[in-house]
Amino acid sequence: MTAAVSITNLSKTYATGFTALKGVDLEVRKGEIFALLGPNGAGKTTLIGIVCGIVNATGGTVLVSGHDVVSEYRKTRSLIGLVPQEVSIDAFESVWNTVSFSRGLFGKGPNPAHIEKVLKALSLWDKKDEKVLNLSGGMKRRVLIAKALSHEPEILFLDEPTAGVDVELRRDMWEMVRGLRETGVTIILTTHYIEEAEEMADRIGVINHGEIILVEEKRTLMRNLGKKQLRLELLSPVDALPETLAGRGLELADGGATLVYSYDTHGERTGITALLGDLNQAGLRFRDLETRQSSLEEIFVNLVKERA
Amino acid sequence: MNLHAVKSIYMFEMARTFRTVMQSIISPVISTSLYFVVFGAAIGSRIEQIGGVSYGAFIVPGLIMMSLLTLSISNASFGIYFPKFTGTIYEVLSAPISYGEIVLAYVGAAATKSIMIGLVILATAAFFVDLRIEHPFMMLLFLVLTAVTFSLFGFIIGIWADGFEKLQIVPLLIVMPLAFLGGTFYSIDMLPPVWQTISLGNPVVYLVSGFRWSFIGTSDVNIGISLAMTLFFLVACLAIVAWIFRTGYKLKT
Repeated sequence: MTAAVSITNLSKTYATGFTALKGVDLEVRKGEIFALLGPNGAGKTTLIGIVCGIVNATGGTVLVSGHDVVSEYRKTRSLIGLVPQEVSIDAFESVWNTVSFSRGLFGKGPNPAHIEKVLKALSLWDKKDEKVLNLSGGMKRRVLIAKALSHEPEILFLDEPTAGVDVELRRDMWEMVRGLRETGVTIILTTHYIEEAEEMADRIGVINHGEIILVEEKRTLMRNLGKKQLRLELLSPVDALPETLAGRGLELADGGATLVYSYDTHGERTGITALLGDLNQAGLRFRDLETRQSSLEEIFVNLVKERA
Repeated sequence: MNLHAVKSIYMFEMARTFRTVMQSIISPVISTSLYFVVFGAAIGSRIEQIGGVSYGAFIVPGLIMMSLLTLSISNASFGIYFPKFTGTIYEVLSAPISYGEIVLAYVGAAATKSIMIGLVILATAAFFVDLRIEHPFMMLLFLVLTAVTFSLFGFIIGIWADGFEKLQIVPLLIVMPLAFLGGTFYSIDMLPPVWQTISLGNPVVYLVSGFRWSFIGTSDVNIGISLAMTLFFLVACLAIVAWIFRTGYKLKT
């Protein structure tokens, strides 16, 4: 199957000399939710800009559904809906007009039924005659999404969709994005909120300093990079580890009240059984135990640090 | 050709015109009427006939041209500058629309608006003076060519400008003086010879002269030269616009 977006050796150097992208290769599959994760200034928005035709690439190629974004821009752009990071909409237009305008701009004839459907799905129907000017920030963001969906795109780009958005709207947006995926729309979102990528994405690409550090299924990423920890709460705190337990990667925490054991969930053996036996022999009793897996955030911080 | 897109932008721009009807249409009518009262009636009554017509009738083509120039520039420059300023330009740039279509839509709307205003001013003038139009077809041709040319020029300014000050500076410092010195209120024959020669370097002279010829049948400059110069400015503006889009100047990074 043709990839929704296929990027080869893409680079971008701005006139100021700043290199935003350094030979990026990336493939986004049809129908998936792909999260591009990276700190501010990593090159996420530049990457989207090039795919959508707002930024000129310095080198490399981008194919959208197999069509080149430069030579076949009419085809590729009509397939894409873009929700930009900045809330920029014509303030003096009504919601209905600005959304209908977008549909026409993307080459589709009027279709009030579709616009109505989009506005209803985004809870904007009762605001359709309202001027954009009079809407709240969250509502304006919904209008941007409605505009991007007005021409029934196959691929939707969401650039930092939930930056500065309250929790409720964020949940709503996630719901909506999942709903869109159900209808076969490919979704590419950029975010620097790990939580968002973790919650939504099928696959995650991590970008930093204009380079894709890795692309992985979210589950694989979490599994491969995720270390698990076993935390044992001791009955009585100890000053130091008994000699018999040295060299096992154990650490003391909480002033000697907790024993922390890190292990790899993929190893043949986790070493837990042996450890528990040794603890028993060393006469350490514990009150409680818990295991926890590192979050995407920790994985991410480690990745970015490693490459820095 | 993405006709839906051209139509969308065009209608959007026209809607903006009608939303600001006071500022867009009524104010040029009022200012032109004032010119007629002051120059046509008060001062003009003491001036002898020029080119066989009363002074009031003589200044009609000049006044229309002056409004046409300034309004075409301000409409078109604002039309493209404002989306740049607010950031909504992203949508046009990401749309499946060619540069030619973008120009057609924005410049078409700006030119339509100034032609409409030109005709409104013409109708207003008819209340003040006896109008006669010798060559109606040529009159319309000059009206359309000028509106399109200066809308293109305004479009260029709107793209070049990166602040409201720059948006005002060209119309104020260049276009207004050229319009006033372009024979709006006088025939350049009235000037000393040196200034007549200098005036021939002023593009507005050709526009006003050609336009006036279509009204009264006589002109300062040969009508063929006027028409040729007008077309030359049109082509020059088109060339600059083509360059802007080829390089992405100030639109795309």
